[in-house]
Amino acid sequence: MKRLFTLISLLVLASMVLAACGPSAAPAYECTDALGCVTIAPAEPVHIAYWGVLSGADASLGEDSKRGVEIAIDDMGGKVLDHDILLTTEDGGCTPEGGATAAAKLASDTSLVGLIGSSCSDETVGGIAAITNAGLTTISPSNTRPVLTSPDRGPDYAGYARTAHSDAFQGKAVAEFAYNFLKVTKAATLHDGSAYAQALQQVFADEFVKLGGTIVAQEAVAKDATDMKPVLTTIAAAGPELFYYPVFVAVGGFVTAQIRDVAGLEDVKIIGSDGIFTADLLKGGGANTKGMYLSSPDFSAFTGDYAGFIAKHKAKYGGSTLSTFHAHAYDATNILFAALEKVAVVEADGTIYVPRTALREAIFATKDFKGVTGTLSCSPSGDCGAPVIAVYEIMDSDPASWDPTSATAPNPKKIYP
Amino acid sequence: MRTSIGERLLDLAVSGVLWGFRILLVAGILIGTIATVRAGKYTSEQWIDFVVFGISQGSIYALIALGYTMVYGILRMINFAHGDIFMTGAFAGYFLATWLNGTGFIDNNPVLGLVIPILFAMIVAGGIAMLVERIAYRPLRGAPRLVPLISAIGASFFLEYAFRGFFGPGVYAYPPIKALEGEWNILGIAVLKVQVVVAIAAFIMMAILYYIVMFTKVGKAMRAVSESKDTAALMGIDVNRIIVSTFALGAAMAGAAGVLYSLIYRQVGFFMGFTPGIKAFTAAVLGGIGNIPGAMVGGLVLGIFESVGPSLFLEGLGIPRPYQLKDAIAFTMLVMILLFRPSGILGERITTKKA
Repeated sequence: MKRLFTLISLLVLASMVLAACGPSAAPAYECTDALGCVTIAPAEPVHIAYWGVLSGADASLGEDSKRGVEIAIDDMGGKVLDHDILLTTEDGGCTPEGGATAAAKLASDTSLVGLIGSSCSDETVGGIAAITNAGLTTISPSNTRPVLTSPDRGPDYAGYARTAHSDAFQGKAVAEFAYNFLKVTKAATLHDGSAYAQALQQVFADEFVKLGGTIVAQEAVAKDATDMKPVLTTIAAAGPELFYYPVFVAVGGFVTAQIRDVAGLEDVKIIGSDGIFTADLLKGGGANTKGMYLSSPDFSAFTGDYAGFIAKHKAKYGGSTLSTFHAHAYDATNILFAALEKVAVVEADGTIYVPRTALREAIFATKDFKGVTGTLSCSPSGDCGAPVIAVYEIMDSDPASWDPTSATAPNPKKIYP
Repeated sequence: MRTSIGERLLDLAVSGVLWGFRILLVAGILIGTIATVRAGKYTSEQWIDFVVFGISQGSIYALIALGYTMVYGILRMINFAHGDIFMTGAFAGYFLATWLNGTGFIDNNPVLGLVIPILFAMIVAGGIAMLVERIAYRPLRGAPRLVPLISAIGASFFLEYAFRGFFGPGVYAYPPIKALEGEWNILGIAVLKVQVVVAIAAFIMMAILYYIVMFTKVGKAMRAVSESKDTAALMGIDVNRIIVSTFALGAAMAGAAGVLYSLIYRQVGFFMGFTPGIKAFTAAVLGGIGNIPGAMVGGLVLGIFESVGPSLFLEGLGIPRPYQLKDAIAFTMLVMILLFRPSGILGERITTKKA
């Protein structure tokens, strides 16, 4: 008994001595942030993540944005606050379930400072609660569902902002294009059940009716549907002059490939939106894509140095851009880094503390930020985009000819406004 | 054995509920159909179109369903990797057809340009199925029934993600065959050429398979093994060889279906086998699993119902966006058939039950 007592007192004494000799100058910074802080030791990188669709039919949408993030990191020289930047990715598969899984993984990683993503509105719907609750903030380059940044979007969305336009703009622009430019009065729509397509075709329908047009049919298919001829026959029975399907690539390809085979739709005008603004649509849709219209952010209306961005893109990846939101991703990444530089506390030895609430507030406080897509200011509900929508026409159905930014032979080519 | 009054009442109640369900389903379909027909939205040409679309989709389901049903007949096992075998066939056909297209061969010889990729797809799919059988199923032959099922799901994932690794997550476009563009006029009805060709090709394949199973030595041996492995072995039949040839034959059908599917839908990707695989499995159960003509009938019935159903009775019932419920129709049909005829449309052809 006595021996045990001696042993314990020796141990206690030893631990006291050790504690005294330890790094006594340690916690100079005391984290008082409500959501806590990320601590980055001197040799550690600043860890950010990109989450979005990196597999399946819509992979080009996510890959395109990811390239924007990578170019932004290159422009920083791969460093922020004298630390290397570490970029990791999570695949959300363009579904709510995939988004929830990706978000759960990201939420469990305490080294993460901030996020760029997701690609599809569905991924955000599925994953945003986990991200917000983990104290993280994500900036999406390509989510366009209007409700994601509406003032009554709910507390789960406190960690969500976007540089993409809201489809409140896109749906309206397409309706005006159809009614004023194409001069059609009867339109039909189709969506694939995704949060994006469902909302966008509804905005279009409402705006089109407001302008004086008639919506003769609004149909929907499952996201994994392949045989579109029955649903197209139903649409043909309604006799539209214009058929709008703002869907994703899988359904978009099948619809485009099959539409001209359906009696009554041989000459109907067809238009899609930014979700299928990719060369992959030409692969899936084939010859029928020639003459099809697509709405997208207006590249020629970008006020920043878009030509410079495209030059860097060509040098790094070769070939054309894959989809429409690379520049939005570039801007989103720069907004994140600018906010990080504003709020980060840097110790003399290089240790960085990032208070999470302050970072979130700094992102939402972004004002007159000179980005590639325009001069960006974030609304209190996270809308940072400078939306100008254009309509493009596909001039050639060969996927190799896809280059919307070409000066000589753009495909697709801007025709409106 | 006598049952108590309580048990009899319970039986009565259960069958009453089941009958109620059946009546409800049939009434729903009838009411919807009558409402749609009275609304007169579609012309008769459009109804014929719906059926023709259904036949071409259904004949592809039927071809895939054959593989499920043959393997089930012989091993009492659901080969869940079968949908992915279909995918491997589509990829094989795609690569050969693209190469042939590059040399101008398909434009000059449209018939050979169609047949050669199909044959190649059948060989590749058959070969891969033999490998899968050797690696994932044969070592587990004597294990409880759940074990090979799990192994099949594993094989399915392996094939999907191996192909994703090799060929990427995107989709490829099957080269267009000029000879198949446009329509033919059959008895006054304009029908897409590609759909006619796909349906005819599928029926030829099924006829060949039926001939092999019913009238050749290998087919006889397959039927013998399906009745009893042990007895067949005693009769001097090499059971392993017969099982392998069953897998290969079923897979060849799926491989051909892969090319036919690509001809219609023009897209080839690593995940393309999943949904058609599940649907074809449904078709096999619909027709009566283990029954080869049943798989053909099940596939066609499913294809036609999926195509006609949303506009025929869902629209009449006032359901908005009925095409989103296409899959629901497929699986409701499965439930219905199982309620009305638990052994499928043509009945299970299994002589002795094996636990």
